[in-house]
Amino acid sequence: MKLKSNKKNIIANDIDGYLKTHQNKSLLRFITCGSVDDGKSTLIGRLLYDSKMIFEDQLAQLKIDSKKSGTQGKKIDFALLVDGLEAERQQGITIDVAYRFFSTEKRKFIVADTPGHEQYTRNMVTGASDSQLAVILIDAQKGVLTQTRRHSYLCHLLGIKHIVLAVNKMDLVSYDQTIFNSIISNYETFADTIGIKNFESIPISGLNGDNITTRSTNTKWYKGPTLLNHLEDLNIKPEKSESTSFFMPVQWVNRPNQDFRGFSGRIASGIVKPGQKVRIFPSNKTSVIDRIVTLESDLDHAILNQSVTITLKDEIDCSRGQIIASEDSLIQSADQFETLLIWMDESSLIPNRSYYFKIGTETVLAFISKIKFKVNINTMEKIAAQTLELNEIGVANLTTDRSIPFMPFKENKTLGSFILIDKMTNATVAGGMINFSLNRASNLHWQKMDVTREHRAKLKDQKPVVVWMTGLSGSGKSTIANALEKKLLQMNFHTFILDGDNIRLGLNKDLGFSDADRVENIRRVGHVAKLMTDAGLIVIVAFISPFRSDRDLVKKMIDKKEFVEVFIDTPLSVAEDRDVKGLYAKARSGKLKNFTGIDSPYETPENPDIHIKTKSQSIDESVNAILKKIIN
Amino acid sequence: MNNLNYLESEAIHIIREMVSESENPVILYSIGKDSTVMLHLIKKAFYPSFPPFPLLHIDTTWKFKEMYKFRDKIAKDVNMDLIVYQNPEAKKKGINPFDHGTLHTDLWKTEGLKQALNKYNFDSALIGARRDEEKSRAKERVFSFRSQQHNWDSKKQRPELWSLYNTRKSKGESIRVFPLSNWTELDIWQYIYQENIEIVSLYFAALRPTIKRNGLILMVDDNRLPLKSDEKPELRSIRFRTLGCYPLTGAILSEASTLKEVIQEMLLTITSERQGRIIDKDHGASMEMKKTQGYF
Repeated sequence: MKLKSNKKNIIANDIDGYLKTHQNKSLLRFITCGSVDDGKSTLIGRLLYDSKMIFEDQLAQLKIDSKKSGTQGKKIDFALLVDGLEAERQQGITIDVAYRFFSTEKRKFIVADTPGHEQYTRNMVTGASDSQLAVILIDAQKGVLTQTRRHSYLCHLLGIKHIVLAVNKMDLVSYDQTIFNSIISNYETFADTIGIKNFESIPISGLNGDNITTRSTNTKWYKGPTLLNHLEDLNIKPEKSESTSFFMPVQWVNRPNQDFRGFSGRIASGIVKPGQKVRIFPSNKTSVIDRIVTLESDLDHAILNQSVTITLKDEIDCSRGQIIASEDSLIQSADQFETLLIWMDESSLIPNRSYYFKIGTETVLAFISKIKFKVNINTMEKIAAQTLELNEIGVANLTTDRSIPFMPFKENKTLGSFILIDKMTNATVAGGMINFSLNRASNLHWQKMDVTREHRAKLKDQKPVVVWMTGLSGSGKSTIANALEKKLLQMNFHTFILDGDNIRLGLNKDLGFSDADRVENIRRVGHVAKLMTDAGLIVIVAFISPFRSDRDLVKKMIDKKEFVEVFIDTPLSVAEDRDVKGLYAKARSGKLKNFTGIDSPYETPENPDIHIKTKSQSIDESVNAILKKIIN
Repeated sequence: MNNLNYLESEAIHIIREMVSESENPVILYSIGKDSTVMLHLIKKAFYPSFPPFPLLHIDTTWKFKEMYKFRDKIAKDVNMDLIVYQNPEAKKKGINPFDHGTLHTDLWKTEGLKQALNKYNFDSALIGARRDEEKSRAKERVFSFRSQQHNWDSKKQRPELWSLYNTRKSKGESIRVFPLSNWTELDIWQYIYQENIEIVSLYFAALRPTIKRNGLILMVDDNRLPLKSDEKPELRSIRFRTLGCYPLTGAILSEASTLKEVIQEMLLTITSERQGRIIDKDHGASMEMKKTQGYF
């Protein structure tokens, strides 16, 4: 490795200055791709060699290896520098992606040299997924090939914004400008069809070094930058998320002792500061950032890509897989998506089969419900498909087993990208990107209000709560609810009763007594009760609510601390004897269908917060039992 | 964010993913500068908690004396359990670098590592290797899957997209995790400098007893090094760019006794850091072969 003498002087005389400059260099991650034998590995070898990144012992080894393989006569075979696997060197091909590192005075580079063979596309995708720029090589003798198109398309799908078209082996076409121009115009037509808006094109020879680091005298007609100049000077477009709102998927909950509870993760968007209001997804709970903790000291802010541990002002349930986000974030939740899939496994995609779905730090189960189409790489045609085979690209609908927070891939890479893992073999079978959600309500954002539920509750000087009374018709729910509300009113509490019969006369007038309608009935009442607790009220719900699963659904909507389930336990025979409304008689005579306890089941609560046995407890006793639970 | 901070955050993310998704993780600690940097990153990743897993040192009994001292001190500093494993078979047979050639590395290091991972049922191991060290390493994934026999199959590497690491495995299979994959030698030195990380003093020049053999300068660390009749230990000002078994690790002549001088020297050098390592020179693909057999 021979250093330029001025650099040598700087290092020798001002090591502090040199280190500082080096430390503040920007980093560019790029890939080289294109068809087999377009000279990708040779180009990288040349870049490393010309930027003096090859050590003498490596060069000596390279000379020996080059002689042995004999592909370049007496010249050095630069491809041997990157083709590091025995199988690759034997066959003279690139099988897997290799990462190499070099730096110039201006910038540091990580380059991923990716394989050109179609069968190794998944390795190319591995390299492309976290690159900012792609150098797509074209053999000047062959022009635009299938793999040129495939790789360009993949780079574009994976969100690479900067494309360089390097027309290689110009030495073999006598540096002919017309050949160069016709290749460029050919590529331009294709690029336009897949949405690549602009690209830089450079005529080069990797083998001879034309226009790699120095301008070539062989291409006087070319006025643009050399490849290295372009890589050094390119203005890297900032990630969209650098300017948008903060969010971070939680990787690990940090609990060294009872006094500290931190959430560790890597920031996927925006900036975080102590005092900032945040919302936890998917639970929708809110809190405020307390501290940003690091080994050295607390930080006053942290930015995109930074790994941090943050603490919140409130004790809130939050664990790995959840997301801490600023209140204005555009995170959505859904369980059905249109996705773009790159299939990467030998066994083909099986629709409706469940796969592990990893997104951010969360893993759930998912299945492909429908393949909309796959893409013919040659023609970019959309073709109907029942499955996707190895290396095929398609658009498919995907359903997850629960609702997950996400963002479209175009908006954010971290929350828009996922992998599918086979449950049997544990292989990574696909990489995917979320286009958009298919759930109707997903685009409705929870309206952020300046006056919060806490303000409203404080004004009323009370703790909002839902007292959910369940029990047979005629069990005494309405009677107890009434007595309870009167008592609360005397104590100056703000209350409201949601009574089954009253609601059915208004809000739920359209619902009957089929199982489906009963479910909807309870869902609506649950939401109304939730809104009323947001308003700061004590809500008393007196509904038969016979199905356990529906009551569980309501419990999920409302904070555990704000929900009290009261089982009004009256034996069927007693309720039937009372029969205040004459309904049991009607049901028995068959005039009333689907009546709870007669021809529709009542599922008793397994663990009610309060269990009232009306046979032995008076109304006053019942009311006091509930009061004790809800008033501190 | 400058490029060192970026690499730091990336490494911490990898370490946390690995620990969150494995049942029984461990860090392989080799006492060298890279694994010492990794240990520093681990401290950062879990602060204010202590790292929730042990350190494992696969010992060959042939490391420099100073390395052993440093190892015990650092384990105490980070408050992690230290497991030292020596292959009992290699011990019984008295395997040494002079009489047994490559068998020394095979039995002490490769077999020792496999035995230790099996014995303690570790299902994933953090390792401080870098892609810029060697050409087969340049091909390896960050989360590198190993079979029940600990073998690496270079042709069957899992695709690894974005930062979504697939950590799933069946019983008996394991994953080797390389958080320093994207670091270069200069990044490591610069980070040691920036963070003021303590490393073994063998990296700094001092007068040490040495002999010259087969073009390498070897340090006479104890009386187990058999000297030929014409070999007389001489005091030379030397230091090491990498550390391993002392009879297999060549020193360089140097006056660089401070961190800044070491970095200066490194930047001006014309040979790679593995140049002094006998282990790499068996033949062209030796590291790949070792990895196939279960070496890290």
